[in-house]
Amino acid sequence: SPGFRRERSRRRCGRMKLLTHNLLTSHVRGLRPGGGYPLGIQATEVKLSPVDFNAQFVARMVPKVQWAALLQAAQSLGHGSDLPPEPAPGYESDEDFLRRLHHVLLEVEVVEGILRCPDSGHEFPITKGIPNMLLAEEET
Amino acid sequence: MAGGRYLLLLAQEHLDFRLAEIKSLLSLCGGRFSNQQEIHVNSPFWILDISSEEMTRELMKRTVCAKSIFELWGHGKSAEELYTSLKNYPVERMLPYLQSDSTYKIGIHTFNKTLTQVEKIRKIDALEFLPFGGKVNLKKPEHVFWILEDYGMDPNNIPEDPLHLYFGRWIADGQRELIESYSVKRRHFIGNTSMDACLSFIMANHARVKANDVVFDPFVGTGGLLISAAHFGAYVYGTDIDYNTIHGLGKASRKNQKWRGPDENIRANLRQYGLEKYYLDALVSDASTPIWRKGMLFDAVITDPPYGIREATRRTGSQKEISKSTEKSTENHVFVSSNYHLSDIFFDLLKFSAEYLVMGGRLVYWLPIYRPEYTEEIIPQHPCLKLISNCEQMLSSHTSRRLLTMEKVKEFKDQDQYSHLLDSQYMPYKGHNSFRDKYFSGVTKRIAKEEDDNQK
Repeated sequence: SPGFRRERSRRRCGRMKLLTHNLLTSHVRGLRPGGGYPLGIQATEVKLSPVDFNAQFVARMVPKVQWAALLQAAQSLGHGSDLPPEPAPGYESDEDFLRRLHHVLLEVEVVEGILRCPDSGHEFPITKGIPNMLLAEEET
Repeated sequence: MAGGRYLLLLAQEHLDFRLAEIKSLLSLCGGRFSNQQEIHVNSPFWILDISSEEMTRELMKRTVCAKSIFELWGHGKSAEELYTSLKNYPVERMLPYLQSDSTYKIGIHTFNKTLTQVEKIRKIDALEFLPFGGKVNLKKPEHVFWILEDYGMDPNNIPEDPLHLYFGRWIADGQRELIESYSVKRRHFIGNTSMDACLSFIMANHARVKANDVVFDPFVGTGGLLISAAHFGAYVYGTDIDYNTIHGLGKASRKNQKWRGPDENIRANLRQYGLEKYYLDALVSDASTPIWRKGMLFDAVITDPPYGIREATRRTGSQKEISKSTEKSTENHVFVSSNYHLSDIFFDLLKFSAEYLVMGGRLVYWLPIYRPEYTEEIIPQHPCLKLISNCEQMLSSHTSRRLLTMEKVKEFKDQDQYSHLLDSQYMPYKGHNSFRDKYFSGVTKRIAKEEDDNQK
């Protein structure tokens, strides 16, 4: 039945998290040093899916995250307004902050869209939530 | 609680992996491996010095190689030696467990011999000289004591009396039941090379995976290694060059199933075990290309690289190779792949780990070996990585695979600085591709087949 098929396609989805986006870089050959970051996001489908909150894990991620890139990505998806311009000292024990960051890093997920290299314009497609980071052979 | 001597009872499976597991876990718990006697690595009984009972409990929350741990009250090579040893054990260390308002039971465990009920009761009764003050309760005792008897390793030559006897207070059991509860047989999404559950937990333990770590598998396949890491509370990333595998499309690996079902993917696998919250992402990517930005650090890299034996080995290719092997997946994604030289896989993997692991982080991976030509020199090296353990699993009489555990001990500098070192150290294992040739050569193939047939 169509209902069943819809259920199947929903269940099959992975979704790219903004934490992942923050850690990925373009790797097209010939980029300037440090180039290709951050990837632009063009999302055609975004979903919010609840993930259990784990304050310790989110706090561990703060130093790993490039904050400006996270703000930019979250704002481009319309979910950035809850984040401060940068993490305040003592953030480890600021549960309110950690919950907001948790939401942006782990619960905002891109299902369909494109990651675009800021330097070369190369597009990495996101299909069913899974980014495809392979390059065609002429780009390697 | 005070530390002391403990008896570890190990399972007689994956013998070559046990010492590395216990050592890794003790160091993860903040201790270190220490024993005053020489350990017989193949024996199921090890006496260890551990600095606290709390640490033994932490160890047992993780180990899949050990069955149980006991506070050792006495041991000897004969019953008399055991009794003398028990009489010398400080009574003040026994008394807290022998109080008159407590309940207890005494069990008996034998290795390589089965005792009759009468013999068991006789051996338990012989301990009446110990100052047991509590009441016996066989169903729900507060304290459980065990006599453990070792009748040696040779099932064809079982001695009348045990070669070694131990007596101790049971503290905790290990995680052997995970092997059953995570069995690949009942897993939703599997591939041709899914790692058996016990080995994937051993890998997570060798890697010292802990809660809130970020663990990465660059050849993730169906994600079996991530499941064990997530079970221990780590958040997981995986990449694979195979678009169909990551998307859970294409032909099924199960015998009586043709195509993969609608919900066969890594995230669903984690969901099956209640571990979905630890799923970060799975991506389609070539392990030889740098998709992670500089400064991103993983706590562990755990992987089973493709040997090109059961699954094809490939990476994105060059112009010349495009005509040979263009594949078109059902999702209309074209990708090109070429043979990925086995030695290049390991070179890339070590370089990646050296650059992207946290200091003290571990790389755990399998290396295929053609046994007649194996020497330690073929183990890939990197100046930033120290070899911690090297454990062998036999595949056939001529082939095996080795589980290698390496630890990042030095900051990764600009890679050019080390490139000449890498090149020279990279030479000894240039020959790895010959493993595949030899594996497929008539001789080894026939041997492998015969062994396979014998097992059926």
